[in-house]
Amino acid sequence: MDITRRRLLVLLPAAAVAWKYIQAGTPEAAPNYKMAEHWWGMLIDIPKCIGCGSCVRACSEENDVPDGYFRTWIERYHVPDWKIERPEVESPNGGKQGFPPNEISDGKNFFVPKLCNHCADSPCTQVCPVGATFVSPDGVVLVDKNYCLGCRYCVQACPYGCRFINPKTNTAEKCSLCYHRITKGLTTACCEVCPTGARQLADLKNPKDPIHEFLKTHTVQVLKPHMATGAKVFYNGMDGSVR
Amino acid sequence: MFKDTEHLIRLAAVILILLAVFVLLRAAVVPKSFGQYGHYRADAIAEIAARTPAFAGHDVCEGCHTDIVDQKKLGRHANIPCEACHGAQGKHADDPSLKPQLPDTAVICARCHEANSAKPKAFPQVVTADHSGGLACNSCHKPHRPKIEDEPKNAGTKPAGGK
Repeated sequence: MDITRRRLLVLLPAAAVAWKYIQAGTPEAAPNYKMAEHWWGMLIDIPKCIGCGSCVRACSEENDVPDGYFRTWIERYHVPDWKIERPEVESPNGGKQGFPPNEISDGKNFFVPKLCNHCADSPCTQVCPVGATFVSPDGVVLVDKNYCLGCRYCVQACPYGCRFINPKTNTAEKCSLCYHRITKGLTTACCEVCPTGARQLADLKNPKDPIHEFLKTHTVQVLKPHMATGAKVFYNGMDGSVR
Repeated sequence: MFKDTEHLIRLAAVILILLAVFVLLRAAVVPKSFGQYGHYRADAIAEIAARTPAFAGHDVCEGCHTDIVDQKKLGRHANIPCEACHGAQGKHADDPSLKPQLPDTAVICARCHEANSAKPKAFPQVVTADHSGGLACNSCHKPHRPKIEDEPKNAGTKPAGGK
């Protein structure tokens, strides 16, 4: 077959498309990990949290989170004896260096660690115009940073304020539940370093996970249940004032 | 029969060409794994999972540092994972010749034990300024087994084989 100018013009784009597929390949996935066998969540035991900030520091280091941005953070609540409907909440630098001592003697004081709730019906994934964020088959809300446009729709949609735009990449970023760790049989960085066991990774599809016994014997809550997000971060001993 | 059917054929040809261009462009632009599990690129899952963890996990630490594990077992810090105080040690676990820096006890202990009204009441807390006056905590306490034992004082006075 002679290569005429006309044939070349037809062949070149076809070859370019074929080459793209050859180059793309499939990245190596974690061995022995089957997405269908897991459904991830987290348990947070508020009466155990001492507000040390270990989780925030570990998360920053593990995930290279830019300074001043947080994938997880700790809030200190002060619920006054009266005006209990107006709790005072503070989170200096996300609680990364712990909390300054406070001399408050009245009311109720406690810490609330926060992170992405990995909602089963997540508002943030529903608004993404390009399919750059999604709920994975094992129940983790992830961001495809190579596909994200940085349009910020998801940042606005998250009712828990868990997302931000990474100033270096200009793409949306959030807690990935340390997906690169949990698929290798490790726990998340925040759960790994928690000195009191206030944070525990939970695999709801694993019948041997201690979470099931805990959920049967304790009354747990999720944040903003009225928003019907299907949040999977369960809080034990959480005061009604927590937003 | 229509009069100028040629026009309609030309129009159909243009539409067909545009359709072909659309199909070709779409095939070229949309990643192959898009839509495998849902409205997203399925390959992204494997890409995210492929990152290397920075924290090794306490099981890895305990594989080598068995002496420290035995020390910790005796005290109240038994269940505290190593990297809570020592920081991410994944690199050290991969290459033990990389010696990690020891944490400053005056800073790291206070993060947990500095008194704060929001901490659980049962949790041991001190006001470090009154308690040690800024002295490093490991001047008196062993971080792996923090209770100060009064062995040296009692060692001589205890009767041999006593209760």
